[in-house]
Amino acid sequence: MVESALVGWSRLQFALTAGYHWLFVPLTLGLAVIMATMESIYVVKGDEFWKKCAKFWMKLFAINFAVGIATGIILEFEFGTNWSNYSWFVGDIFGAPLAIEGILAFFMEATFFAVMFFGWGKVSKRTHLFATWMTGIGAAISAVWILVANGWMQHPVGMEFNPDTVRHEMVDFWALVTNPTFISKFFHSVFSGWMTGAIFVIGISCWYLLKNRERRFALSSIRVAAIVGIVGTFAVMFSGDSSGVHAAKYQPMKLAAAEGLMDGGERAAFSIVPGVEIPGMLSILATHDINGYVPGINNLLDGYTTPDGQVFPSAEEKIERGQTAIAAFAEYRELKDSDSAAAAEARRVLDENVDYFGYGYIDSREELVPNVGLVYWAFRVMVGLGCALLLLMVVVLWAEYKKRLPDMKWLQWAALLSIPLVYLAGQAGWIVAEVGRQPWVIEGLLPTKAAVSSVSVAAVQTTFFIFVAVFTLFLVIEMRILIKAIKQGPQVEQE
Amino acid sequence: MKYTLRAIYNFYADGFRNMTWGRPLWGLILLKAIFLFLVLRLFFFKPVLAGKSEEQRSEHVSKELIYKSNQ
Repeated sequence: MVESALVGWSRLQFALTAGYHWLFVPLTLGLAVIMATMESIYVVKGDEFWKKCAKFWMKLFAINFAVGIATGIILEFEFGTNWSNYSWFVGDIFGAPLAIEGILAFFMEATFFAVMFFGWGKVSKRTHLFATWMTGIGAAISAVWILVANGWMQHPVGMEFNPDTVRHEMVDFWALVTNPTFISKFFHSVFSGWMTGAIFVIGISCWYLLKNRERRFALSSIRVAAIVGIVGTFAVMFSGDSSGVHAAKYQPMKLAAAEGLMDGGERAAFSIVPGVEIPGMLSILATHDINGYVPGINNLLDGYTTPDGQVFPSAEEKIERGQTAIAAFAEYRELKDSDSAAAAEARRVLDENVDYFGYGYIDSREELVPNVGLVYWAFRVMVGLGCALLLLMVVVLWAEYKKRLPDMKWLQWAALLSIPLVYLAGQAGWIVAEVGRQPWVIEGLLPTKAAVSSVSVAAVQTTFFIFVAVFTLFLVIEMRILIKAIKQGPQVEQE
Repeated sequence: MKYTLRAIYNFYADGFRNMTWGRPLWGLILLKAIFLFLVLRLFFFKPVLAGKSEEQRSEHVSKELIYKSNQ
């Protein structure tokens, strides 16, 4: 009971911190592209107006950055304290990418960020533009290394488990950085940031239109942001499609949960909402073949054979092999210094079953099914809002080109009210990704309940509520500073 | 080399000195850093494996993993 409470609170705390961190990251990624595009127009055309536009959005970028900076560090604190088993078990697979991320992010941000804000009039236009683009590229590069680590947790590749050190050791760095789960996740995350930045800029610009001020600035910002946002949304759709194919291959339970698919098969239907389905669509999305086989939750638990003869074991078989792996691991640890022959045999058994190691912690087959309702609806919120926001950006861009946007108050309101919705879509996406892979921290190798440290529940609860209070405070501070800057508008001279 | 370092130093120093709206943001960053490293890290997030040798860490985690499989 205590153990499950500990796992629950530790997960909740991690989700709160990661969700809070993800409020700032996508806006950084998206605004960087928009302000750099504006500055590029300024450098090409030489029109000071575009410099003013770029500088205003840079100011909002800086506010977002200042509040968001270091929120990711809290996650690292949690790894060391609440998830120490996990942190040790993943070994250098996780440590190396995060170390690269830390060093790169620090040097790129310290250099280019400073040139971007302090360099106006001190460096050439082109050097400044380079620094602005590099600030955005640096943020995206940071995301690369975080998502290499996350992609590995979803689909572990390029490593070997060493029972002497109790760590996974990297044997193929290339496999790690070409992990298909990482690649689709990276593009999906970064381009969703473009959507966030675009909706943010369009929404605020529409607020200026509603207030009947900064008209040229607002309309020009909308044009740039809508184009960035539409390009970003199509990239999100393409990367989302490949993410679905990879989930079908490597995390079929996540896909089945996202679809609420109990019994799969060929020509599987895609559920729009309960009771409304498109026949064969899920097979197309998951396998790019209308006749493709997609297993459902029951198939995954019972074991199944695909039409081409591939056999997948049942939950019970996997659990049994997992238990064998852990027993062999324990035996190896006990005998390695006293009986080398018996230890070698235990090692052989461990190596044979190591892919199922995590299943040894699973008590019942039901534990292998994530929260279907939450994952199913989070997926629909993400996709539904993504489509609605794409439509909004297309309509806004069309209205702007037709010179009708200033008169369309309803559209301006819709754009302004869409700002929270793009954040909701992003958070829903992470719920699909992270709740959908439960019970695993590392797919098949380590469940959440084995990854958690043996710390007191009260300690985790205390820090959880501290975070709730502090995060709320910082969010309120950010909103106040942001709103003040937006009310001042772009005509204010900035450094 | 000396000139370059001095130019870089002046660049940053001038930038910070001439900040207007950036000043409260730096205050916020400083406040957050203090909270993170002097409050959270010191009092609430002590790494469980800190102070142990590599071998002790392996031993600790292996015991945890074996123990949790019997829960």
